[in-house]
Amino acid sequence: MAAGENPAVPSYPKASEERLDAIRNEASVSGKVVTGAGQAHANARIPGAEDYYNLPVLKPPTWTWEVPLYFFVGGIAGVSSVIAFVGHLFHTDPRMVRVALWIAFVGTGLCPALLISDLGRPLRFLNMLRVFKWRSAMSMGSWILAAFGGCAFLALATNELTLYGIQNPFLPPLRWVGEFSGAVTGLLLASYTGVLIGATAIPVWHENRRLLPAHFLTSGLGGSSAILEFFGFLLPATQILGFAAAGIETVIGVILELRHGRVNAPLHHGKSGSTMRIAGTLEGPIALLLRILWHGSANGRYAAAASFLLGALCSRYAWIWAGRASAHDPQALFESQQPR
Amino acid sequence: MTRKAAFLTDATICIGCKACEVACKEWNEVPEDGLVWSGFSYDNTQALGASTWRHVMFLEQPATAGPQQVDMEDPFRWIFLSDVCKHCANSGCLEACPTGAIVRTNVGSVLVQSDVCNGCGYCVVSCPFGVVDKRHPDGRAFKCTFCYDRQSAGMIPACAKACPTQSIRFGELDELRKEADVRVAELQRRGYTDAQVYDPLQTSVGGTHAMFVILGQPEAYNLPPAPEVPTIYLKSAWTSALVSALVLAAIVCAAFLF
Repeated sequence: MAAGENPAVPSYPKASEERLDAIRNEASVSGKVVTGAGQAHANARIPGAEDYYNLPVLKPPTWTWEVPLYFFVGGIAGVSSVIAFVGHLFHTDPRMVRVALWIAFVGTGLCPALLISDLGRPLRFLNMLRVFKWRSAMSMGSWILAAFGGCAFLALATNELTLYGIQNPFLPPLRWVGEFSGAVTGLLLASYTGVLIGATAIPVWHENRRLLPAHFLTSGLGGSSAILEFFGFLLPATQILGFAAAGIETVIGVILELRHGRVNAPLHHGKSGSTMRIAGTLEGPIALLLRILWHGSANGRYAAAASFLLGALCSRYAWIWAGRASAHDPQALFESQQPR
Repeated sequence: MTRKAAFLTDATICIGCKACEVACKEWNEVPEDGLVWSGFSYDNTQALGASTWRHVMFLEQPATAGPQQVDMEDPFRWIFLSDVCKHCANSGCLEACPTGAIVRTNVGSVLVQSDVCNGCGYCVVSCPFGVVDKRHPDGRAFKCTFCYDRQSAGMIPACAKACPTQSIRFGELDELRKEADVRVAELQRRGYTDAQVYDPLQTSVGGTHAMFVILGQPEAYNLPPAPEVPTIYLKSAWTSALVSALVLAAIVCAAFLF
């Protein structure tokens, strides 16, 4: 079979021969240097003085699917322990406190597993606790996650022992210590992930560094109360939390939508932009509307909870994809570094 | 720190032979980094990366190089520059590394200790120059070592040793900084009016241990015009995190009080 008949063999050698003839012809007619491109590569162009072949300056994040999922799970686990502590403090249904503590505990099991599986050398995960660095959000996050794991376990274990009717003078204070420290480290766990990506060289991330921790915390809040609703705790408190989270996410969605400039382009365009918009609509306005329209019905609350969870999950992925798109855009970087 | 070793790489001297790339690969036993034809002039390397520690750029610009007389309607100049890890004074990768694998050596360079790195990838997004990267399938992060092994044995880095034109100079940071200024003054005097030193002293990076003499703007060399070490964003981000955490705690309290 001749090469030209095989669809797998590209036909550009013939096309470029023709182009060469055209260039020779143009040169002989005009008698000077031709203006058009010669044997142009698909993406090749003569660069100006403004960039280097439009090649990326920065390296895109190497994180795989585990890391955005970890952001999602960690946020829910962290805020769950806050809900458990506050619920216990204000004498809510002890069954809800128990479930919230279990959510936090299951989260502390999932989070390290996800992070370790993302490591290039998973067996070296303990190196994360080799140093303590204030100035590395990743180091702080490792310690926060380790501390949260201990606190969540203490809170759950003491709570379970109390429920089994074990009498011990040390148990109630230990339980309060566990729940309080779980709530504090939980707040840090749910918010530091915003700092983690906010304090990087990726323009779209550091441009939104003030918004990201609030955004991620709110997702954790809405996600946690949504899961509690799915466990059947259709309390006024979870309804209020669902309203608050969806309301704040709506505001954050509007703020993100209004952020202009080339640096923020990944929030509006491409895979990251469309995912961000769909996710933001699901966890913001749609969840809010469902709660307003069917606030009396259990199914309405389940629908709102599901919408929020799905939006929060997709939004974590959208932020990582936005980071990739941002790293690939040298013009955004140059623009962000122009003197203002 | 006993010494402050530095590179000064001069785009006005480089002939684009890529001997530095080859010498670096050979000495450091860096694996193959992809054999592709980019179509971007003679630059088939394209960028620094986990397995590319020296990268020779080929710039084609519609401008004349300094005072040269060209009998062409369209002026054209071809510039070469060997890019390398900047070994920043305030280094983003070093600050970000959660394992302590990335350290400052006694010659002032920034080194990734391969026996400690666990491949978390945080240095990759923390480098304002896009230098360090994770190597697949190895899993760890790699970048220029400044030939720390050679320097420890009293030798100069492989790239500087191999450079046939002394476009890559290796020496003491303070001396090379002075020499860079002298070189740019000389180029200016000869009519290369757009010659300048790339050494971001005015930003939070605080200068680098790898400086460059370039013609034209840094953007044309994919060098960020005002690189910042990402730790400067920590304060505002953590402030936001703590304020939001307090607000969230208040919201949860309010929800259970009602």
